[in-house]
Amino acid sequence: MANDRKPTPTTEVPEKEEQGTAEQSLFGRVTRRSFLSHLGAAGIAATASPVLAATATQQPPAADAASETQAAAGTVPVTLRVNGKSRVLRLDPRTTLLDCLRENLDLPGTKKGCDHGQCGACTVHVNGQRVNSCLSFAVMHSADEITTIEGIGEPDHLHPMQAAFVEHDGYQCGYCTSGQIMSAVAVLTEPVGPSDDDVKQAMYGNICRCGAYPNIVAAVQAVRRNA
Amino acid sequence: MQTFQYSRPTTVDQAIQAGAKSKTAQQYADVRFAAGGTTLIDLMKLDVEHPDQFVDINALPLERIEPASGGGLVLGALARNSTVAHHPVVQRDYLVLSQALLSGASPQLRNMATTAGNLLQRTRCMYFRDTAHACNKREPGTGCSAIGGHNRMLAILGTSKDCIASNPSDQNVALTALEATIQVQGVKGKRSIPIQEFYLKPGATPNRENVLEPGDLIVSVTLPAPVAGARSHYLKLRDRAAYEFALASAAIVVKVNGSRIVHARVALGGVGTVPWRSHEAERELQGRTADAATFRRAAEAALKDAHPASENGFKVELAKRCIVRALTVSTQSA
Repeated sequence: MANDRKPTPTTEVPEKEEQGTAEQSLFGRVTRRSFLSHLGAAGIAATASPVLAATATQQPPAADAASETQAAAGTVPVTLRVNGKSRVLRLDPRTTLLDCLRENLDLPGTKKGCDHGQCGACTVHVNGQRVNSCLSFAVMHSADEITTIEGIGEPDHLHPMQAAFVEHDGYQCGYCTSGQIMSAVAVLTEPVGPSDDDVKQAMYGNICRCGAYPNIVAAVQAVRRNA
Repeated sequence: MQTFQYSRPTTVDQAIQAGAKSKTAQQYADVRFAAGGTTLIDLMKLDVEHPDQFVDINALPLERIEPASGGGLVLGALARNSTVAHHPVVQRDYLVLSQALLSGASPQLRNMATTAGNLLQRTRCMYFRDTAHACNKREPGTGCSAIGGHNRMLAILGTSKDCIASNPSDQNVALTALEATIQVQGVKGKRSIPIQEFYLKPGATPNRENVLEPGDLIVSVTLPAPVAGARSHYLKLRDRAAYEFALASAAIVVKVNGSRIVHARVALGGVGTVPWRSHEAERELQGRTADAATFRRAAEAALKDAHPASENGFKVELAKRCIVRALTVSTQSA
């Protein structure tokens, strides 16, 4: 039923809506992300796990409002350099770099998998080094240069590693892919030996549940051979 | 996660003053220093740690790796694990440390984790990480869920009736074999702590893991000058070949003259409640012939006080074979 979500080729999308707000895009051009973000908190809670839903309903509305005010009062100013641009924010200090990128900076290409540094889906570069963005608070990075998957290539001008993942089919569901590619780009500048086994060792911080590993190794090796 | 106040001191003194306000430097410290954050933030998400003050020390000038006066190498507290592992002097003179670091965690985590943070990564088991279970380390006096529970991964040396969690670090096993010294600065000034005196076995207070007091900040780790002609090796045995804690590991520094062992240091990982120095094994090696029989005697000596739990009895023999293998590799002619 993919057509339910995608615009058909004949759908007319006025130009101003194409570049408009997410709300406009809900009516003009429904993307998976804009659809989900418009479900709102109630919709998410209803579809979330029973544990999450229970927590949400246990809190009386008054307590909810109070904790929200408190969180706003506890925010701290943060300036981040992300993909070459300075971004000025106020954040709850508990905000991880991962959540900040996705929720505050509208850069959802970086994915949340385990949220405990075990899967690598959240891999980004900090000062050129790959790290797990889930295990770091955003406020710790005001002096750093951060690069996400959105910062290494564009749809019509892919990074060679992005192009190689497409060419070699280095994914199935695609959820781990941005983390895989960010790790793979870092591997190009790390002391990693020439063999496939070396690449596997260098990439083991990124888990692929679909098991696309052979194709991922092929993609990484193709770029390294041409580098 | 409970909220906290964030600060980012720019001098060591500021950091010490901030840390000194904590009631403890151990479990549930109300002031925590954060470097890489890879253990601390993980535990904060699980509500196993909830500091009121989160002191980000990454702006302190403690990341350098430089020669020690009188030989040896000084690793800054904030030197990243990946940087240390690939440092040319570490690879030349302290290979065991490079091998240990590269066998731990993942490349991403090694880019974040620091020398001092790795020293202070928590001795832990899955029950410590899960607030639904009793744990004497997390909540003193509540009991130990691991004894009689799932304990296949846990310690067989240095355990107590209150805690059998193993120290999971690889780095610290290598630093123990290298006889590193930890430089600490605190409210009372500077002091040097040999790594063997740094960690505390659980005993009746598993919530205390080391000798640090509030305000104590590790500023560097000193590696002594390498023993001329010695070789070193780290062997890690685990359930899968990557991204897994050790079931047993051995860090060896050994020098053989002719066929006689003239210098030997043995440390074990994955089997101890602290990074485990085995003087017993070293005594069996010192002055003896470097052969399989000697290595086996050293291994037997190292594990003679092992006290396995219900699921980890296999570690006794595994650790012995790990020692024998690591000694064999580090003494065979190139």
